[in-house]
Amino acid sequence: MSTIAPERPIPAPRELTTEPRFSDKVFRAVVTAGGLSSLIILGLIAIFLGYRGFEILRSEGLNFLTSSDWSISTDDAGNVTESHFGIAAMLVGTILCSIVAVAIALPVSVFSALFMNFYAPGWLKKILIAIIDMMAAFPSILYGIWGFLVLMPSVEYWAKLLNHYFGWLPFFKLHPYVVTRSPFVAGVVLAIMIIPIITSVSREIFSQAPLDRIQAAYALGATRWAMIKAVVIPHGKSGVIGGAMLGLGRAMGETVAVYTVLNIVFQINWQVLLGAGGNVASLIILKFGEASPYEIKALMAAGLVLFLLTLIVNAIAELIVRTTGKSGR
Amino acid sequence: MTTISAPTPTRPWAASPKDRLRDLSLFLLAILGSYLVVAVTPMKGKLAYFTLFFAIYMSLTAGFQWFTRGSAAAKDAFVNSLVAIGAVVTVIPIGSIIATVVVKGIKGINFGIFTHDMSQAAPTDPLTSGGLLHAITGTVTLVALALVMSIPIGILTALYLTEIRGVFTRPIQFLVQAMSGVPSVVAGLFILSAILYPITHAYSAFMGSLALTILMIPTIARTSQEVLKLIPNDLREAGVALGGTQWRTVAMIVLPAARSGLITAIILGIARIAGETAPLLLLTGGGDTVNPNAFSGPIGSLPYYIWKSFNAGSPEALTRAWAGLLVLMVLVLILFTLARLLGTRKVAR
Repeated sequence: MSTIAPERPIPAPRELTTEPRFSDKVFRAVVTAGGLSSLIILGLIAIFLGYRGFEILRSEGLNFLTSSDWSISTDDAGNVTESHFGIAAMLVGTILCSIVAVAIALPVSVFSALFMNFYAPGWLKKILIAIIDMMAAFPSILYGIWGFLVLMPSVEYWAKLLNHYFGWLPFFKLHPYVVTRSPFVAGVVLAIMIIPIITSVSREIFSQAPLDRIQAAYALGATRWAMIKAVVIPHGKSGVIGGAMLGLGRAMGETVAVYTVLNIVFQINWQVLLGAGGNVASLIILKFGEASPYEIKALMAAGLVLFLLTLIVNAIAELIVRTTGKSGR
Repeated sequence: MTTISAPTPTRPWAASPKDRLRDLSLFLLAILGSYLVVAVTPMKGKLAYFTLFFAIYMSLTAGFQWFTRGSAAAKDAFVNSLVAIGAVVTVIPIGSIIATVVVKGIKGINFGIFTHDMSQAAPTDPLTSGGLLHAITGTVTLVALALVMSIPIGILTALYLTEIRGVFTRPIQFLVQAMSGVPSVVAGLFILSAILYPITHAYSAFMGSLALTILMIPTIARTSQEVLKLIPNDLREAGVALGGTQWRTVAMIVLPAARSGLITAIILGIARIAGETAPLLLLTGGGDTVNPNAFSGPIGSLPYYIWKSFNAGSPEALTRAWAGLLVLMVLVLILFTLARLLGTRKVAR
């Protein structure tokens, strides 16, 4: 038998390649462009706020951060004759309010996260998680108005009690005796707003505590608290700190809720219970309505400071949370 | 012959009736004790009852355990009640908020407010005139426009993080997280400085929705990413093995499989921005009439309406604000429940 020679020549083998098809190249380009949008948006925010606020930042220099004088005077034609812009009081107020908020929210959140993970029965845990997630989704204006009309009278009463019994502590001093609309009140409202954030981060971190070690602790006869102290807290400590920083960042950027409850005064005030405070975000809302174009530039500069501040706090928080647990939230 | 009966399972760790009786009596004792202390000492008010009850309950349980089982058990009992306080303190505000808004807002709700706007009425007028029709239509317009812009960007970001995994994956993951912390007022200022002042010079719904888009992208991107991660890799490999390009695999297999999860992400995004106030104060101008044109003219919205009424200050205006808050809260609750229902089955068959 002889083999029959093929009539047609064998086609050259198709070239094998890992090169993506044209459609895939388009797809990858589009998705990458979409993915880079967050970088672009964040960059643009910094550039535009910096560009608009540049004039103010240059003329005020470091005074913008260290003085607390906010005044602008114009002549009859509307030209600016003299202006002083300083946000020191607002910066101090922002930090004060958010520290009060974290100081209140952190223990409450850690306890409730522990309760959800290790104490509550399954059905209660589910309900609590739903409630916490719901709290996080509630709009800030709701917290602000509720805080002003419902919470504030009680909190002012608590402030009086604190001053009466703990007035000898340096940070509960009060002079003059004005407790209405103080940073303490704003801090309590902010604390309620950031409890869901810190709680859900802590709960997530605690639930990743290694089960074998938990059971080993129980097997050695540990009580529930001894187990938590020996296993859960060492595992979750830095994650909880990261969660607290996330809450701090949220508290620093909060606008409407703080504006409704806080008495904004352009004077540096370190007394937590005194009814005078500030907040960079509220300053923007407060001054925006009546501001001249020149003053708007100062507000842009203040916005830039706030943006960078929250960005730094959030970045540190993310780094801490990321290095502890795999998924932050 | 003896029959071997299977031993009945026991649960030695479960609370016996005796334990339950003990817990209940300690609880009642603590309530009784707090009433007694309030009656005898000058302390008074809800705060006193609350703190005294917990203090007494804590010391009673801890003391009881101390005498029966020693110091380790006492510490455990102490932390037990401390942790319960944490949960109670977390839940109290949300209960108070919902109760207050419902009780105060229901007075301002009637059929008329859903069919009228505020063009013929001031916030301080009686409640029978005016309404929040313009606010509802405005919020719908703002949210719809923001959705059109943020859904593609948000989902593309999530796709980049899960499907492409290029060199930028880690930094972009980081930036998306950082972006979720951008204060809403800064987003508003950014649109003001970049678009409203140099280009359009006028308030409009579009300006407001641009700022809302910035706030919404991280929520959608993060939630969609979580969902896309749950899609089993087998599906992607099967798609590629059948000769599909990556584009067709993602479009025909991955995204449809993640559909309900993606809808959850979008709903959570809407819930995030529906009540956002600060950027709208800067960008939308807050009109009092129904404005069908999203690209020119001031537009009202629920948060702006609440804000305006709240600042007007008269009792009627406050009732309007509470009614607006009630509408807003119900809206957020509905969205949230929807997201929960869909979220329970993140990956469709």
